[in-house]
Amino acid sequence: MSILLFAESNQGTLNKNVFEAATYGYDLAQSLGTDLVAVSVGQIEDAELEKLGTYGVSKVLKVADDKLNSFANAAYAAAITQAAKQVDAKAVVFAQTYDGRAVAPRVAAKLDATPIAGAITLADAANGFETKRMAYSGKGVQDYKATKDKLVIVVKANGYKTEEHPTSATVEAMDFKAGSKDFTAIAKEIIKASEGISLTEADIVVSAGRGMKGPENWGMIEELAELLGAATACSKPTADMGWRPHHEHVGQTGIQIAPNLYFAIGISGAIQHLAGVSSSKNIVVINKDPEAPFFKIADFGIVGDLFEVVPQMIEAIKALKVAS
Amino acid sequence: MMKILVCISHVPDTTTKIQFEADGSGLNKTGVTFVINPYCEYGLSRALGLREEGKQVSITAICVGGPEVEPTLRKALAIGADDAVRIDADATDSAFVAKQIANYANSKEFDIIFTGKESIDFNNSLVPGMIAENLGFSFVSFATKFELTSDDTATVQREIPGGVEVIEAKLPTVISCQKGIAEWRIPNMRGIMAARKKPLSAIPASDSDVYTETVSFGYPPAKAECQYFEPDNAGALVTALADKGLI
Repeated sequence: MSILLFAESNQGTLNKNVFEAATYGYDLAQSLGTDLVAVSVGQIEDAELEKLGTYGVSKVLKVADDKLNSFANAAYAAAITQAAKQVDAKAVVFAQTYDGRAVAPRVAAKLDATPIAGAITLADAANGFETKRMAYSGKGVQDYKATKDKLVIVVKANGYKTEEHPTSATVEAMDFKAGSKDFTAIAKEIIKASEGISLTEADIVVSAGRGMKGPENWGMIEELAELLGAATACSKPTADMGWRPHHEHVGQTGIQIAPNLYFAIGISGAIQHLAGVSSSKNIVVINKDPEAPFFKIADFGIVGDLFEVVPQMIEAIKALKVAS
Repeated sequence: MMKILVCISHVPDTTTKIQFEADGSGLNKTGVTFVINPYCEYGLSRALGLREEGKQVSITAICVGGPEVEPTLRKALAIGADDAVRIDADATDSAFVAKQIANYANSKEFDIIFTGKESIDFNNSLVPGMIAENLGFSFVSFATKFELTSDDTATVQREIPGGVEVIEAKLPTVISCQKGIAEWRIPNMRGIMAARKKPLSAIPASDSDVYTETVSFGYPPAKAECQYFEPDNAGALVTALADKGLI
């Protein structure tokens, strides 16, 4: 028996959320007295995969087939399932990414496993693999047990710690032959949305709303984001009014995010917006209305005019950069 | 005639302040309005769009749930679905729901199954992929654009970090939908009247295991008090963030 981790990579680089999922997998393996094995699919150098050793992975099964260089969820699921059977995986652990969320359900169905999506606590092996997960778009927490012998666990992005457990990971090629049915959906092309930082992967997100008064004022938001190495986001009304592109809309009906630091500037905090961002680890709110609901979930706040506050912040960050 | 199945999840309205029963057994539904899951509504809208583009399509809405979900299915009919099916079972967990829908779809020869990317109550994002796997269909998740390019092929755009991926998907296919794929529609009076006469059937659940046992529902841990800074001293906020290693 082992725990299997899907070592998701993009263009030859391990996805950063994989290290969090690896930590989860390692802790689960420890609780069961077993080891953590990873499976990688597609083109990636051994040296990159060996980094997983830092996070407790003892072996990486590498499926390298040119046909798998672009993402095909059915083929990836077939390869991961084969690896799960090969190592007699009690659980297969995924990071909560776009690809992870596309493949995990297929693997769960193939293994007839209990799927746990968005896990925020370690599945308690001694107690029916009881696990907590977020529900109701961040408004609630669900706690449930698995009734199946095997598990597929998707670890919530920024929902679990990342911790090093250095060991050495050996990379081993795994023979895998995809079937023709595994390629009925094939990626043909990738269109970059912008040169900016991806919202779902950003550590810091700077988001602004109607308080900005108009799209022409967004320059300072972009400047603040650039200084912080952050992604930019916006509230639903500003996307609906065409002030900002739709792919920046965060909230319950847009993109749900959980960065380490979230700036909400001129956003009052409608319940749907909060539902999409409340999992952020630290929240900074800048709003002139002291009654804005956002302050209830803020860690840091300024009640004031954003047109005065944001430029001050920009200057302070510049000064900080000069000093360091 | 192309056959489309639209999976509908029956969820609390997005403005609902979530409250659980005192014993943590589940949602306190008192005074809660239920709606079509917004992401599922995108799928329904896209299906209707195909018809408006001149494609010959039949659109069936499906939901797993007790009689309480019927008003939600009626709304799907009012928006434009041709008929609706309710699978009479509690939507216990994702794997169970996916099996119920796949078992229903199995003999009906659907060409396209539209779902939401996730439901706003459980946010699992598992049902669509599991339906696809159970049926052996192609699958595209988080779709922001869907066009039929021939009788058996669709070109789909899917969101990925920093952009979109263009995918060619063979039918039959399962498409999980999100913002961008279509605009929501408001049912008009004619649609509401027509919906009353459209068929809505309830069928018994098929045999399936249950995959989870809910222990309890609760709330996220309470946040600490907000630390406030003066508006004329935003630099202090920046210093505080830097001291905490956040920037």
